[in-house]
Amino acid sequence: MRKLFLIALKDLKLAFRDRAALTLMLLAPFALTIGMGLITGRFSGNTNTGLSDIPLVLVNEDGGSLGNALVEMMQSKDLESLLEPQVMTDLPAAYALVDEDKTAAVIYIPAGFSDSVIPASGQSTPEEPVQIELYLNPTRPNSVGVIKTILEQFMSQVEVGRIGGQVVVTQLLTSGAIDISQAEAVGRSMGEKQANEAGQSSSIKLNRVTNSGEEVKFDILAYLAPGMALMFLMFTVSYGGRSMLVEQAAGTLPRMLTSPTTTAQVLGGKVFGIFLTGAAQMLILIFGTTLLFRLDWGAPFAVFVLVLAAALGATGWGIFLTALLKTPGQASAIGSAVMLIFGILGGSFINVEMMPDWIQFISRITPNRWGLDGFTTLALGGGFANILTPIIGLLAMAAILFVISVVIFSRRGIGRL
Amino acid sequence: MPPILEVQNLVKNYGNFNAVKGISFDIKQGEIFSLLGPNGAGKTTTISMLSTLYTPTSGDAVICGHSVVKEPMAVKQCIGVVPQDLALYEDLTARENLNFWGQMYGLSGKTLSKRVDEVLEQIGLVDRAKQRVKTYSGGMKRRVNIGVGLLHRPQLLFMDEPTVGIDPQSRRAILDSVKELNRQGMTVLYTTHYMEEAQELSNRVGIIDHGELIALGTQAELTKSVGETDTLTLHISEEEDPETLAAEIRKVKGVVRADVTDHEVTIITPSAEELLAPVVTKSNELGIKIRSVDIREPNLEAVFLHLTGRALRD
Ligand SMILES: Nc1ncnc2c1ncn2[C@@H]1O[C@H](COP(=O)(O)OP(=O)(O)O)[C@@H](O)[C@H]1O
Ligand SMILES: [Mg+2]
Repeated sequence: MRKLFLIALKDLKLAFRDRAALTLMLLAPFALTIGMGLITGRFSGNTNTGLSDIPLVLVNEDGGSLGNALVEMMQSKDLESLLEPQVMTDLPAAYALVDEDKTAAVIYIPAGFSDSVIPASGQSTPEEPVQIELYLNPTRPNSVGVIKTILEQFMSQVEVGRIGGQVVVTQLLTSGAIDISQAEAVGRSMGEKQANEAGQSSSIKLNRVTNSGEEVKFDILAYLAPGMALMFLMFTVSYGGRSMLVEQAAGTLPRMLTSPTTTAQVLGGKVFGIFLTGAAQMLILIFGTTLLFRLDWGAPFAVFVLVLAAALGATGWGIFLTALLKTPGQASAIGSAVMLIFGILGGSFINVEMMPDWIQFISRITPNRWGLDGFTTLALGGGFANILTPIIGLLAMAAILFVISVVIFSRRGIGRL
Repeated sequence: MPPILEVQNLVKNYGNFNAVKGISFDIKQGEIFSLLGPNGAGKTTTISMLSTLYTPTSGDAVICGHSVVKEPMAVKQCIGVVPQDLALYEDLTARENLNFWGQMYGLSGKTLSKRVDEVLEQIGLVDRAKQRVKTYSGGMKRRVNIGVGLLHRPQLLFMDEPTVGIDPQSRRAILDSVKELNRQGMTVLYTTHYMEEAQELSNRVGIIDHGELIALGTQAELTKSVGETDTLTLHISEEEDPETLAAEIRKVKGVVRADVTDHEVTIITPSAEELLAPVVTKSNELGIKIRSVDIREPNLEAVFLHLTGRALRD
């Protein structure tokens, strides 16, 4: 194990000493993020993102104050550029739109929703309020993430209001300031006040679910920066894979094998070196964009885990390409081609959701796609539990590619001069 | 004492190509053994098998009591390898290279830093140790390349043509250091295509050609095997035809053989001094001008020429 780490650390050091490589690993993604941020207006205050005009259907059977507030909020000026809501009454027809991929989600507000949260006079508060249903289009995870975030934000404010109202009413009751019949009226009016506040579009932005007090807009950079970082992560892994062919040609790899070091240690060290370099690159980019652009990537632990998973998935590709290729020259050429193709397929330039189905399907072979899904979810306030699918996708990708690569390497050997 | 290295019928095929055709020899503890042969003879292929990098097609070698086929790890512990082509990280400094390779040989901590210091001293690069290898001259890189092979104090050192393509001074330094290492007790397997190097360094020499070991023994044994022979080389100018001259010379009494390479005629004879006058007379008769004459006592070059009919060079 020790030698494996030593080989990996040596590769990390060499990668960070290579000026040309550093430029592509760190400078290029920064520059492109800034460039694309300028185009999309991040730095002029316009938050028009790659995610815009997300189609969405609202079915409101409630008719109560809360249901109306929710619909109004979704149609509000503040969310105008981001959402394109459509109000329908036919629920099955609305669901069909999702199934046909014509819209990103249906928000169904069932009858009795408002009353279940803010009970009308003479009724007791039900144990469980009537639930809003969210019918989601799984092929549009980014759009769905945005909608979920807005909805959860709304719900959390309603919940805060409801609990707050109950606490106040209970206090008033126990202190004897009001009697039971008054309590209902007070509670109801407080609930409505909260609901109105929630519906007041000025206070509802794309706030984070977890800390509703703080306003955080969905930032276009939260999409662009991971997109670029992931694209240049592909550069790093193909550079790392190439270094194995370079070492074969330069004789350092055969030389390692003439020292008391096993093939598995050498191969493992090279793979771990690619992984370390990729992960280091991602972490530096995340740290840098956080400092320079005040970009919030989301929950730090989840971001960290996702970085590791993305670096692992990408490393799988790096080593797989190396197993297929023979010379460093081939590796450079194929590496940059793969980086660009994966960048486009994986949504680093254009949101994948705007592309045809078959491209969306193929995009699953790229670490870019899974990584971008995950990072967007996190930037929108998601937690570790919300990025399990991308993480599993990336780990599965890594496992499959590692196995195939090991089979290829064991056939052709890594010690040729 | 059993030999430190025992090669038994080692064969290596690359596809259909038979690069090493069943060679056998052994090396005794404490000697410098040279494998002498022209480019493409199979020297590097042999070293690669002995250093466990290539699996032999058939045959085996026992090094420090361990089979290269069955116990490669034990063999690797015992040997140091200096590859023919530089195998270094150019973006690391000399010290960083030595540190890394020392760790690959299982050194660490104080032992490692002590050995790195010693080796830097030995290869004369203490002053430049903190500069990246890519800033070094060819000779300096060669020295680092050799230093890497010495870090773990191997019992047996393989050096594959360590002086190819460097200036005479660096070459001198390397030959001297090989002798010094040997004096300190290291056994050395040295490959070269320079006859003079084999002659200067080795206790015993194996001559390899087309994957076969065509001669094996001490220099005295080898030169004796070709008889009491001198080598007489005539250098003639480019316009002249060496073949005509060689044909005439072959008729002269006392000429064992006369071979042509470029603008030279190389003559093997029991006594070069006696032959000199008749040969000069012959060329005068033919009107061929001799520019210079070399006379050499029996040497490995003559042995190679005698065995193959070819000169031993690039
Ligand atoms: N990997 C290889 N594949 C095919 N042929 C090879 C390979 N390595 C060496 N050879 C051939 O084997 C022969 C011996 O090569 P080598 O051992 O390098 O000779 P030397 O070191 O004496 O110059 C040469 O003809 C060379 O072209
Ligand atoms: Mg060679």
